Amino acid sequence: MLDQILQSLKYFQTETVLVVSFCVIVLADLIFRKKSNVTSYLALISLVVATYYLGLQGSDGIKSIFFNMFAVDPFSLFFKAIIITASFFVLLFSLNSKELVSKTRGVGEYNALVIALTLGMVLMTGATNLLMMYLALELSSLTSYILAGYTKDAEDSSEASLKYIIYGALSSGIMLYGISILYGLTGSVDIYGIHQALMFQHLNTAALVVAGIFIVVGFGYKISAVPFHFWTPDVYEGSPITITALLSVASKAAGFAMLIRFTKVTFINPAIGNLDPGMWDIFKGIDWRFILAILSVLSMTIGNLVALSQKNLKRLLAYSSIAHAGYMLMGLVVLSNEGIAAVMIYFIVYLFMNLGAFYVVMLIADRIGSENIDDYRGMGFRSPLLGVAMTIFLLSLTGIPPTAGFIGKLYLFSSLISAKIFWLAIVGALNSVVSLYYYVRVLRNMFLRDPQANAQSLQISFIEVFILILLVLPTILLGLYFTPIVEFAQASVTMFGIQ
Amino acid sequence: MQVGLTHYLFLSGILFAMGLYGVITRRNAILVLMGIELILNAANINFIAFSRYGGMQIDGQMIAVFVMILAAAEVAIALAIVLNIYKQFRTVNVDEINKLKE
Repeated sequence: MLDQILQSLKYFQTETVLVVSFCVIVLADLIFRKKSNVTSYLALISLVVATYYLGLQGSDGIKSIFFNMFAVDPFSLFFKAIIITASFFVLLFSLNSKELVSKTRGVGEYNALVIALTLGMVLMTGATNLLMMYLALELSSLTSYILAGYTKDAEDSSEASLKYIIYGALSSGIMLYGISILYGLTGSVDIYGIHQALMFQHLNTAALVVAGIFIVVGFGYKISAVPFHFWTPDVYEGSPITITALLSVASKAAGFAMLIRFTKVTFINPAIGNLDPGMWDIFKGIDWRFILAILSVLSMTIGNLVALSQKNLKRLLAYSSIAHAGYMLMGLVVLSNEGIAAVMIYFIVYLFMNLGAFYVVMLIADRIGSENIDDYRGMGFRSPLLGVAMTIFLLSLTGIPPTAGFIGKLYLFSSLISAKIFWLAIVGALNSVVSLYYYVRVLRNMFLRDPQANAQSLQISFIEVFILILLVLPTILLGLYFTPIVEFAQASVTMFGIQ
Repeated sequence: MQVGLTHYLFLSGILFAMGLYGVITRRNAILVLMGIELILNAANINFIAFSRYGGMQIDGQMIAVFVMILAAAEVAIALAIVLNIYKQFRTVNVDEINKLKE
């Protein structure tokens, strides 16, 4: 037993680095309380080290470690890379965030918690046991509840964290109840064991459907899909902007990684071809593909329609992120390797464009103290650089060529078409058109309306320009030269236990 | 009368329903959290009952221990957040805490 644990630790180095650096940062915060930047640099360094070990993991192949609790495979490697990159950018943003400096008493705990959140999300990507999935989900949720309320003297931040913990704890509680029923039916909490039981035993259909729906509640909350999205706008609006950015990208990526692995391993009959709807048949009673399609349509449509009437840019981006969860669910409806690869490509693109949009919002909010779209009047003239960068990010979020967002959508739609689910592709395309309206409304305010009389131009420091360029360049370049990310995503579809 | 699996499942089902009812109807944040605790404990009863009567291994009881630890962590964080809310708003009524959403 000890042998296997020691063996497993070899494939667990990225996570080990994160655990150790969490402890180091907590200690460093006690020692260097006055110089709070020390912890920020420590956190950044630890993510770089974690990335180094993640790179080494590329040669590990496909393994299951810790008594089949955790899988090491290209699929989890891919999502770990996305999550660690997102955390790295968010820590970079936090270095100069005025909000965090002025409204909190030091950022030491903040950095430690971001590392813990990263650890939780990294564990979510590889979990192959329902208990492990639940624990990883709770680790990432509990830290994000605290981080959402980190500026605790601000009323909206406190309110955001209260709403977050009530919705989050309820959803994960319901999910746990579903897991307990599934455990009773199949006698296993290992997703491969559950798959075997579903394939070869006759189980009570009604109980199975209840368990399935309860578990979907937990996943739906994590990826903020309609109708489990009610927390999203309030939490995104109230949290510190850096945390909103992290939740909208990394948290969603972790939720999707876990949902894809769970669906693909548990529900799918591997013997039936990749595109045949018959592969869903082992989970009897309900047409699961149809349910996922409905979730996707609801998320896209409600996210986009409600975003039309928003006045606060952070809240608008919250609804847009709900809509994006809907787009990505389209790939999950297909669930062939092509569909999964499309979701993964979309995540690479979404990482840069969404983080970029939030970074611009943060830079502007730090200077004018507002996230109101009306206060963005003439922003394109007050700071041409921010204006142009925001234009690129928002056009990419809409999916207009030649930005990277277009490539992401292109692959999603083409996977739907090769699976012959045309109606969903049409709904998705129509939704993209709706989304153009509210993104362009921001751009119109920035460029076509004159600034207020006493408005001054905004000063941006060199380092901020540098971070911005780091985000703008991929958003444009990946739209023009996308072969590498497509190949990377297609090579990363492989999961443990699935050919 | 012999107490068997069905009885435990009924108990957990009732507990779950009561928890959900509490979360939906209560306006006091603390009572909402108590509802959530009921849901977690309902799941725990399920795990232990299945593990004991279902002829399964000790998995279920192990999971229940994990869930209890997690519930404690969750409630600690939740109470800290509620305390902070009380300092800001001077109330713990979830309906009155509604500054966002204009």
